[in-house]
Amino acid sequence: MDLTLYVWRQKDAKDSGRLEKYPAKSIDPNMSFLEMLDVVNEGLIQQNIEPIAFDSDCREGICGTCSMTINGIPHGPERGTTVCQLHMRKFKDGDAIYIEPFRARAFPVLRDLITDRSAFDRIIQAGGYVSINTGGVPDGNAIPVPKVAQEEAMDAAQCIGCGACVAACKNASAMLFVSAKVSHLALLPQGAVERKRRVLNMVGQMDAESFGSCTNQYECEAVCPKEISVQFIARMNREYLQGRVLPEA
Amino acid sequence: MDGNSETSTGGAAMTLDAKIPAGPLVEKWERHKFEMKLVNPANKRKFHCIIVGSGLAGASAAATLAELGYNVECFCYQDSPRRAHSIAAQGGINAAKNYQNDGDSVFRLFYDTVKGGDFRSREANVYRLAQVSGSIIDQCVAQGVPFAREYGGNLTNRSFGGALVSRTFYARGQTGQQLLLGAYQALCRQIDAGNVKMFPRTEMLELVLVNGKARGIVVRNLVTGKISSHAADAIVLATGGYSNVFFLSTNAVGCNTTAIFRAYKKGALFANPCFTQIHPTCIPVSGDHQSKLTLMSESLRNDGRIWVPKKAGDKREPQAIPEADRDYVLERKYPTYGNLAPRDIASRAAKQVCDEGRGVGPSGLGVYLDFSEAISRLTEHTVRERYGNLFQMYEKITGENPYRMPMRIFPAPHYTMGGLWVDYNLMSNIPGLHVVGEANFSDHGANRLGASALMQGLADGYFILPYTLGHYFASTKPEKVDSSHAEFRKAEEEVRERLKKFLSIRGKRTTTSFHRELGQLMWNECGMSRTDASLRKALQRIPEIREEFWRNLDVLGSHDELNTSLERAGRVADFIELAELICQDALHRTESCGGHFREESQTEEGEALRDDDHFCYVAAWEHQGVGKPPSLHKEALQFENVHLAQRNYK
Ligand SMILES: Cc1cc2nc3c(=O)[nH]c(=O)nc-3n(C[C@H](O)[C@H](O)[C@H](O)COP(=O)(O)OP(=O)(O)OC[C@H]3O[C@@H](n4cnc5c(N)ncnc54)[C@H](O)[C@@H]3O)c2cc1C
Ligand code: FES
Repeated sequence: MDLTLYVWRQKDAKDSGRLEKYPAKSIDPNMSFLEMLDVVNEGLIQQNIEPIAFDSDCREGICGTCSMTINGIPHGPERGTTVCQLHMRKFKDGDAIYIEPFRARAFPVLRDLITDRSAFDRIIQAGGYVSINTGGVPDGNAIPVPKVAQEEAMDAAQCIGCGACVAACKNASAMLFVSAKVSHLALLPQGAVERKRRVLNMVGQMDAESFGSCTNQYECEAVCPKEISVQFIARMNREYLQGRVLPEA
Repeated sequence: MDGNSETSTGGAAMTLDAKIPAGPLVEKWERHKFEMKLVNPANKRKFHCIIVGSGLAGASAAATLAELGYNVECFCYQDSPRRAHSIAAQGGINAAKNYQNDGDSVFRLFYDTVKGGDFRSREANVYRLAQVSGSIIDQCVAQGVPFAREYGGNLTNRSFGGALVSRTFYARGQTGQQLLLGAYQALCRQIDAGNVKMFPRTEMLELVLVNGKARGIVVRNLVTGKISSHAADAIVLATGGYSNVFFLSTNAVGCNTTAIFRAYKKGALFANPCFTQIHPTCIPVSGDHQSKLTLMSESLRNDGRIWVPKKAGDKREPQAIPEADRDYVLERKYPTYGNLAPRDIASRAAKQVCDEGRGVGPSGLGVYLDFSEAISRLTEHTVRERYGNLFQMYEKITGENPYRMPMRIFPAPHYTMGGLWVDYNLMSNIPGLHVVGEANFSDHGANRLGASALMQGLADGYFILPYTLGHYFASTKPEKVDSSHAEFRKAEEEVRERLKKFLSIRGKRTTTSFHRELGQLMWNECGMSRTDASLRKALQRIPEIREEFWRNLDVLGSHDELNTSLERAGRVADFIELAELICQDALHRTESCGGHFREESQTEEGEALRDDDHFCYVAAWEHQGVGKPPSLHKEALQFENVHLAQRNYK
């Protein structure tokens, strides 16, 4: 199939950026979206045009590196799918496709479709862990964990940290990301010990990173490639309230 | 007792001392831990270590060393340490917990691993790995890794290829992700505490030696293009595997050999480079545009049955082929292990039936992995619970629903058992240069068993390196060196020259086209099976590719900006040279063993035939210059606790 791409080109963080039009010809519907871009890039190089810079690594939907907004939707039109797992059979011959970076104040563009998402790392650094050292821990079966709690923790822990939730939110809020980590750890006995401290520190860092606030639009859940539920946001709000009202002794 | 060594074909004599501790197998590690020197806690801050890589091996090592009080700098090429390719491991992690009461033990895990590796690994290393395996699970549980559990609240297990016990721990189909997030979070805690300085989007491009010791690295900031030097008292490479030498593999597109290959060119020995693993269950190639191959976890072989039509050229839809016309290849050939036969064996069986014209799918390069029997036995719900995300991934890529249609799978390059040579302390032959995780050669011999790489990466990082590195610091007094030393200036200059060279060629071919050509060649001539003729053909062609690469490459842009093509060019340049080394190793090893199958060396039934009289050694290669044959050093392998036997999975 033949497509027309409108791609965001921006040389570096200082450049103002613009959309450029490129044809994408003879695209095989079995290609992934990123393979389509690879093919377009090979063509651009042959014409002496610098290739479109975009982030990707695992190309199997788990590392969270790939990140772009396709026709206004982070990761594109297919639900529960990262852009590296999106395939061209979801598009039609003759389609025009608009490709832009994830847009959010906390994710400045570095080049073309590549953004800086290190704010997410700093939020985890603020408390998204269990404070134990290597060694000296009890046997893995010493503390039974109810299967339901483990499954729910796993639902939250699946987050790949891609940032689509932020890009989809009109306030650029990071609540889904932060709540997933807060919930994952609070749901397990191993993480529950320091749950209050954790939620306060992580939310504090989130606020420091120019993310917006949550106004319950749920756009985040709709674009999340791992379909992480907004119920975790409600859980985090409860955790936060308890942390504020009943601080750790 | 010590892994003694011998040097042949030129090169200065070098003693390859594996430093295996004396004493009975079961006591070696305990004894060694006691005999190793300790660093005074008050002095730990003064020791500076660089860790390149933030996967399971790198992140666990960085976090643990920082907890102990060392001064750590950690580097990765991704934008966040959490994205290292360990994240993609699906199936699980082994540990000899014997929670299932099915007869597992440290010795059995050790035995299975040595046998699975086709008797080409060091007994002492493997035994230690099995010994610490249980602690890994405890550690991960304490970090909040949500491993699968039973209703009673206990951990549950699944079986994996090459084992008859159930010892694999898992977190749905995302075990690597959950383990890596555990290690990443431990690392984040140390970053927050100021004990680790993290450098994401930073690529190591050179190793720096001062007075024969590894003392630093030269890196490029991938956003600004800035080249800088970092000095330390020890360097740890945790940079993963090199399967991308085949271009198409299950690795991430950024996975590369640059860090270990630069070290090789600085004198580190590269051990068993031809021991590469082809994974039997990947989604087949769909066309020339293909940029990577996706693994379908081996755990699927617990419930999926592999089959092809009995008749060549049978083009009927799978449902239309009656039982009587199906060949359940693995169940027929290996009744004891059936669909759980080890990877090398399962891969070759698939290749063989495709070579016979019985392959399925449009390309004829595929076999069925069928769940219909499991769905009727267990219900679709249970199958969904076990493998839901894998089935979903399959459907996204192929557009086919595996609950209705059998999956089509085909082998793909996946893991590299070879890597930099290390001794029992995980130190290479260059003092101060340590290598952990997939980047070293240590524990898997000629074939790795499923769910054992995660175990090895975390064993190295959490429980082995933190001891042995301390011993290195305590027993060598590193002289003061900082990055103003002339060796750093020299290395930086070399790096800059190389980058400028890539940009100045302005030829006609893209980096990707060279990489694809190299990968095709390697897959055809040095892939699932190898012959003297095929390897000689590759060894003739690779230098031609290398020559054309340096003459006809086209990389646009400049070096002082974010330039993804330039990054790739450097990686492919190293892959081209590595490919030659792999083929040389494969040519010299005229036996078959594990993942290295020489057609000339097989049993009557077509199984790999080892030649223990001539090849019971680790082949460690020393660089002698580009285009020149490397020299071979041998570390003899001794088997005192397992009996060297032909592997039998029938
Ligand atoms: C799809 C897939 C599924 C798998 N499933 C399983 C499984 O179920 N069980 C199992 O046991 N094993 C599995 N494996 C194998 C296992 O995942 C890997 O062997 C293991 O995770 C490797 O860990 P590592 O820490 O050595 O390397 P990696 O996780 O690959 O990390 C390498 C690190 O090095 C960095 N790096 C590399 N080069 C440079 C450079 N030049 N400069 C700076 N940084 C650099 C990277 O940024 C990264 O941080 C699987 C592998 C794949 C590909
Ligand atoms: S590239 Fe890893 S999730 Fe898309």
